[in-house]
Amino acid sequence: MSASKTDWPLWEVFVRSRQGLSHKHVGSLHAADSTMAISNARDVYTRRQEGTSIWVIKAEDITASTPSNKDVLFDPANDKVYRHPTFYDLPDELKNM
Amino acid sequence: MTQQMDLNQRFEEYIALDQKIEAKDWMPDAYRKTLIRQISQHAHSEIIGMQPEGNWITRAPSLKRKSILLAKVQDEAGHGLYLYSAAETLGISRDEMLDALHTGKAKYSSIFNYPTLTWADMGSIGWLVDGAAIMNQVPLCKCSYGPYARAMVRVCKEESFHQRQGFQIMLNLSQGTSEQKDMAQDALNRWWWPSLMMFGPSDASSKHSKQSMRWKIKRFSNDELRQRFVDMTVPQAELIGLTIPDSDLKWNEETGHYEFGPIDWSEFEQVVAGNGPCNRERIETRVAAHENGAWVRDAAAAYAEKVADRESRQTSAA
Repeated sequence: MSASKTDWPLWEVFVRSRQGLSHKHVGSLHAADSTMAISNARDVYTRRQEGTSIWVIKAEDITASTPSNKDVLFDPANDKVYRHPTFYDLPDELKNM
Repeated sequence: MTQQMDLNQRFEEYIALDQKIEAKDWMPDAYRKTLIRQISQHAHSEIIGMQPEGNWITRAPSLKRKSILLAKVQDEAGHGLYLYSAAETLGISRDEMLDALHTGKAKYSSIFNYPTLTWADMGSIGWLVDGAAIMNQVPLCKCSYGPYARAMVRVCKEESFHQRQGFQIMLNLSQGTSEQKDMAQDALNRWWWPSLMMFGPSDASSKHSKQSMRWKIKRFSNDELRQRFVDMTVPQAELIGLTIPDSDLKWNEETGHYEFGPIDWSEFEQVVAGNGPCNRERIETRVAAHENGAWVRDAAAAYAEKVADRESRQTSAA
């Protein structure tokens, strides 16, 4: 089997489904460069008008938090329930707040 | 050691609570291996599945039918790509998967080893093969592995047009001349049993089923899904005046299900073992496509390298 000289890098694809919404991760694909990544993303992820704009980012350029950091990062928010409006017990007579 | 136990416990809790497992979460090796096997084989099936239908693109009876068939085959390519990406999140490379397919190490759905002899086969594939695939795939949208589940949501959304266009082909043929009706019946005769085999061995002899159900990769057993498919499809065949090729088929008022005749599992085993009518041809075509495309991949990589090089020199000059 003739192996390719270079493996095409992996790109993560983000699509804005319509104006007013943010780009959302839809999947990934391989492409030699960013131009090809955009054009492949168009064919792979937007065959049915799913998007009005595409972002592609090389997967290796993304820094992600690791699952083992989950507690350190997200647990402290657990005991700060006063950040939620439902924390405040107010009289029923109070309307529209 | 205790840390390992904690990780395993957390994994089991996630599964029990119907929480999704994501790519970077800890998972048992066997879970990872099972997923890699299943997702990559699923991807291979989509890619090999392009061939039986690709066979009719140039001979579709009208421009409209040709456009539809092209769109469908393009969808199958897309589905293969979503699934390869999902499998890659588990740490296997695209090249490793393709090698496994090309060398025969990895399997794909054995249904694609049957030939497509007439235009009615395009109808039968859409109606029966995609119908059976949907039956299998809808529960996978809720599978415990996040990237696989998300890929399946996309696949299922797109798959329903495939089934409807296939049924419409069968409907039109069954309303046509007697030759056209015979053609439709002949295709149904050839595709019915292989379609039932798509659900895999019966529960008693399926070696991976139990563990996959415990891990919530699989939600329903092979036999359950097969029964659902029969119950759904028999009235559809009646509607267009075609006969299911099974003399044992009968409605059971008590159970509310159709009873059907025994499946010839020796045929299934033969096809899985590589002795189906088209196994060799499918792999040869795939390998040739890969090898003939090597210069394109190399040229694109060389061009990307050249552009990147030029850009970095411009940056350093400025």
